[in-house]
Amino acid sequence: MDSVILRTAIRFLFPLLLLSSVFLFLRGHNEPGGGFVGGLVASGAIALYAMTHDVAAARRVLRVSPRVLIGSGLLLALCCGLAPLAIGRPFLTGLWINITSSGLGKVHLGTPLLFDLGVYCVVTGVSLVFVFSLLEE
Amino acid sequence: MNPSIAVILPIAIPLATMAISLLAWKSIAAQKWLGLAGSVLLFFSAAALMWLVDRDEILVLQVGRWPAPFGITLVADRLSSIMVMLAGVVLFAVTLYSLATIDDRRVDYGFFPLIHLLLMGVCGAFLTGDLFNLYVWFEVMLIASFVLLTLGGERGQLEGAIKYVALNLISSAAFLAAIGVIYAATGTLNMADLAVKLRSFPDEGIVTVLAMLFVIAFGTKAAVFPLFFWLPASYHTPPVAVSAIFAGLLTKVGVYSLIRAFTLLFVTDLAFTHNLLLLIAGLTMVTGVLGAMAQSEIRRILSFHIVSQIGYMLMGLALFTPLALAGSVFYIIHHIVVKTNLFLIGGIAERRFGSGRLSEIGGLQRSMPVLAILFFLSAMSLAGIPPLSGFFAKLTLVRGGLETERYAIIIAALVVSLMTLFSMTKIWAEAFWKPAPQEARASLPARHDSRRGRIALFAPIVLLVTITVGIGVLAGPVMKVSYAAAEQLLDPDAYIDAVLPDRLAAEGDLDRQGKLNEQIPTNRNPSTLNGPPTSLRDED
Repeated sequence: MDSVILRTAIRFLFPLLLLSSVFLFLRGHNEPGGGFVGGLVASGAIALYAMTHDVAAARRVLRVSPRVLIGSGLLLALCCGLAPLAIGRPFLTGLWINITSSGLGKVHLGTPLLFDLGVYCVVTGVSLVFVFSLLEE
Repeated sequence: MNPSIAVILPIAIPLATMAISLLAWKSIAAQKWLGLAGSVLLFFSAAALMWLVDRDEILVLQVGRWPAPFGITLVADRLSSIMVMLAGVVLFAVTLYSLATIDDRRVDYGFFPLIHLLLMGVCGAFLTGDLFNLYVWFEVMLIASFVLLTLGGERGQLEGAIKYVALNLISSAAFLAAIGVIYAATGTLNMADLAVKLRSFPDEGIVTVLAMLFVIAFGTKAAVFPLFFWLPASYHTPPVAVSAIFAGLLTKVGVYSLIRAFTLLFVTDLAFTHNLLLLIAGLTMVTGVLGAMAQSEIRRILSFHIVSQIGYMLMGLALFTPLALAGSVFYIIHHIVVKTNLFLIGGIAERRFGSGRLSEIGGLQRSMPVLAILFFLSAMSLAGIPPLSGFFAKLTLVRGGLETERYAIIIAALVVSLMTLFSMTKIWAEAFWKPAPQEARASLPARHDSRRGRIALFAPIVLLVTITVGIGVLAGPVMKVSYAAAEQLLDPDAYIDAVLPDRLAAEGDLDRQGKLNEQIPTNRNPSTLNGPPTSLRDED
């Protein structure tokens, strides 16, 4: 797609979209959002980049192959599911720790966040596999 | 280690194998080794699960420590563990076979990750105790099987896949509709909880409607009359390894779901539902075998026989006695092993002649005598010749029929059995006995597989034939396992109590309470992981 407007706009949109995808991902912890929609927005950003430049450039921006993203996301989610087994809790039980640091105050961290990160990677990977193979045809 | 960890492993192992295969996408050799390693691990985890279920009767896992009926429950009872075990055996055999037969292009497109995705769906469907979760596993299976069916993109494959996907989507829609109605009617989707609520459901008409929706949904997956058309239209098109795993496992997930639904959920109106199932069973047997007789291609014949044999499995369910149901379970065990094997053997014949048409092949008895013996044993077992596994399966079903004096279905079963023998003889006479046709002999490229390739081709077949003969020789112990599974199925209270341990206390029903107190000395000791029953999560 050769559009000057889009190619210029993507320079500004690209970081914004990626930032908002991280925002959506973190927001999903307690409010609407999460790994799925965050991943979609991230893959939207890279898809736009692939459309305005070319697929090879988008692959360079992504650095890893989308398939690696799918695989590592699945593994991460699975590991979060299996982690509680080590301390005798059932599969997929959330494990939580509270960190108190001077800069951030009290932070409530847990395996569901990592699970969601896995979902984020899988969604990004799967949609980019689709987009790339369609654009390359 | 808590025993209920074993319940998650048959789902986690295929998932992990698939994820690691995706990371090793570039290396075809790595994908093959990973596929094999994953299948071995699944096999052992299934064996461990079976051993634990034999010890503890029912294993329950409340995922995420959300107590039933609020969370997702995974349940492994005897039938589930048998099914998972069979899935492990079939996966191992087919993986070995596919090492030699699946071309590198298909491996490059992700054959092995997809096979494991399929197995994750299959094992998940066998182990879940939640209707919506079952739907999700069905979808996982459907997606994986659709890609496997079309992988390679040959013309025939796409044609078969369209029929396959269209009919399976309709069945999924029926399933989803049924789930919606059942949730609106009862407010729960946990199977144990549903079983309790459906027993005392005021409107019997609604329950019957629901039962019929489930017959359509699961019946399509199981390929029963009159919903089986997708199966013979698609199973002969993909590579043999894919056909074999489909033939062995996919329809059996439908049968398993029917058995689960009609022993646990819909048992209030036996006179209607189970008589209907009996009618369907009879018609499925007969139409399947008649269809097979009209075919002249190995895999098409075998596909129609799958349909016909689904009828036998339903027959035991419909008769609804411990003996008949044990016959069904025995039949499933026998069928999965034999049917997978016949597809694999047919595949070797097709590989040699480049065609599965009976008119274009022949002379295998002379050119491949070992294959002839292996085929003969499997085919005779399928037809039910003693002392092979099929004989005992059919014998048990017939005895179950005699017990309940349902003579029509017995006659149907026996006649169909005879016709199965006829059609197995047809394959024998055409593919093995008659000399190879001139043009085929002339054009034979004399395919030379490497030594390792030949081992990968024949080892799974020898393994499965050994199991078939083993089931025949050790019919007593296998029967005992099947009977125990059947008895457990006919005692839904044990299942319900295992999933909902605090149900009786909550109900405060004095009669049931009294019964519970009696039961305590012989407590089945279900290993549940949820701590104190009244507490929800303590974190957050």
